[in-house]
Amino acid sequence: MRRYILSRLVQLVFTLFIVSLLVFFMVRLRGDPISVMAPPTFNQEQIERMREAWGFDRPLLEQYWVFLTRAVTGDFGQSIQARRPAMDLVLERLMNTYKLAAAAATLGLIIALPLGVISALKRNSFIDLLSTLLASLGTAMPSFWLGLMLILIFSVQLRILPAFGSLEPTAIIMPAVTLGVGMAARLSRLTRSSMLEVLNKDYIRTAHSKGLPRRAVVSRHALRNALIPIVTVFGLQLGWLLGGSVVVEAVFSWPGLGRLMIDSINVRDITVVQAGLFWFALSFALINLIVDLTYTIIDPRIRYE
Amino acid sequence: MAELTSKDNIVTIDAPQQLLSEPRRFDFLRALYTSPVGLAGFIIVTIVVFFAIFGTMISPFDPAENNLRARFQPPGFVNDDGATHILGTDQLGRDILSRIIAGSRVSVIVGVVAVMIAGTIGVLYGLIAGFFGGTLDAIMMRMVDALLSIPFIILVVAISGVVGAGLTTLILILGFTGWVTYARVIRGEVLKVRELEYVTAAYAIGQRRIMVMFKQILPNVISTGIILAATQVGVTILAESSLSFLGLGVKPPEITWGLMLADGRQYMGSAWWMTTFPGLAITITVLGVVFLGDWLRDVLDPNVR
Repeated sequence: MRRYILSRLVQLVFTLFIVSLLVFFMVRLRGDPISVMAPPTFNQEQIERMREAWGFDRPLLEQYWVFLTRAVTGDFGQSIQARRPAMDLVLERLMNTYKLAAAAATLGLIIALPLGVISALKRNSFIDLLSTLLASLGTAMPSFWLGLMLILIFSVQLRILPAFGSLEPTAIIMPAVTLGVGMAARLSRLTRSSMLEVLNKDYIRTAHSKGLPRRAVVSRHALRNALIPIVTVFGLQLGWLLGGSVVVEAVFSWPGLGRLMIDSINVRDITVVQAGLFWFALSFALINLIVDLTYTIIDPRIRYE
Repeated sequence: MAELTSKDNIVTIDAPQQLLSEPRRFDFLRALYTSPVGLAGFIIVTIVVFFAIFGTMISPFDPAENNLRARFQPPGFVNDDGATHILGTDQLGRDILSRIIAGSRVSVIVGVVAVMIAGTIGVLYGLIAGFFGGTLDAIMMRMVDALLSIPFIILVVAISGVVGAGLTTLILILGFTGWVTYARVIRGEVLKVRELEYVTAAYAIGQRRIMVMFKQILPNVISTGIILAATQVGVTILAESSLSFLGLGVKPPEITWGLMLADGRQYMGSAWWMTTFPGLAITITVLGVVFLGDWLRDVLDPNVR
């Protein structure tokens, strides 16, 4: 087990190395990074000063080395806009995004698990068809549009929920629903198919025939065994949630990492974008590691060597 | 090679070009006819593609024409000339329906071209990694893992924010970031297929490795690529609309559904139709693509439920 975690951590380091290359060269995709980073108001002299200050006149390899050694310590440089370390800005916003993602994931699970289980138990019933339809809609709907529709209904028409910000405790409801619906749609389908597969197994028939109540069979024998693929996809979906947060935070002006990224892109505050990308990658990789370790709890048969 | 049908459960169809040849076309239509979901998807996609190609001819108004005397008019509004704006008008008095028809063009172009780029890169990448295996495979797959550790939409947001937007750039960005999914799946398929007997047979009769890769293995993994591509069209259309909505994608005067929603967002309090209908257009289109993709999967790959 310990060796497994260790090898996964080595993998993580390699992943972050590739991400660092990506983040480094992203700014240089158009050739001169100054053309991306300098505010349009800068004159030639200011641009030259900036080029020198950022070391863009040095050899590329040296630039990358400097970038990498600093990034390892969490130093992505100063935010051009806020004149503070970019990483500080990112860390300030991080919790808000995690909070939103956690709320959305919880909501997604609360909707998806019962819906999927019921669909599987009452296959081809009205509720099964309805949930299939809703799931298709949930995957096809752009999240930002769902958000706009919620605002239209609950803020503009009914005036019961705040349309943006995070000041009121109710403000998290609409962004969380917006993010959670997509997840619920994918997970409910998967729960259904996974349950259907397990329900056909011999040990379920055995459990029934030895007289266990249906409820016990479903929850203890079937659902627990159906959970493994669900956990995998749940982990992947968490990454999707982090991604979706960029768009949803923009719709609801939720002060998280996603909105910080968009705001920074709009004012060309590239160091913040780089630090943000890095955090997204790190969060996602850690989530996947945790998900893999969770398997051992759900299914004691799985042992990592 | 077309006669080769494996006894294993892995490869069940012949080379896919057969699907397009005459004897199979009848089956294709009949299969479509017997599946209501597939048929619905097919009809939706056909309509959208028709709009994209012939939109200018059937559009009731000029989608770009301002009419300041008919601003913010609700659906069903009849203007001074006696013409009806079925879905209402926007802040400049432009006809929403005509703009939705015109907007289909960008969705179709981006959906098709970006997916073709991503699919080609991804399939080749997965083919090479899976076929050669060993260290090359390990390195190539680590890179894929790293790229997958950044949520797709965040990667695209960051790159298009840095590189700058526009239709062509956007297509390139979506194409050059979207291949990762194919790479991983195709590699997995190649690993299975390359162990099959007929591949050994191809070696035995003295075919060169490169020929085996392209002539024996590629045709047998391509159907997986096609199924994946079908689902990715929906993902790509959603990504394009999100980016355009955020102001990081296609720019005005180009007409896209995402941009229409960005406009509509400003006037949610007074003109609900501006946000409702373009979003519906996206949802229905993606739903059609998803349906068609599901159906395609059932037809091409009978092993998946």
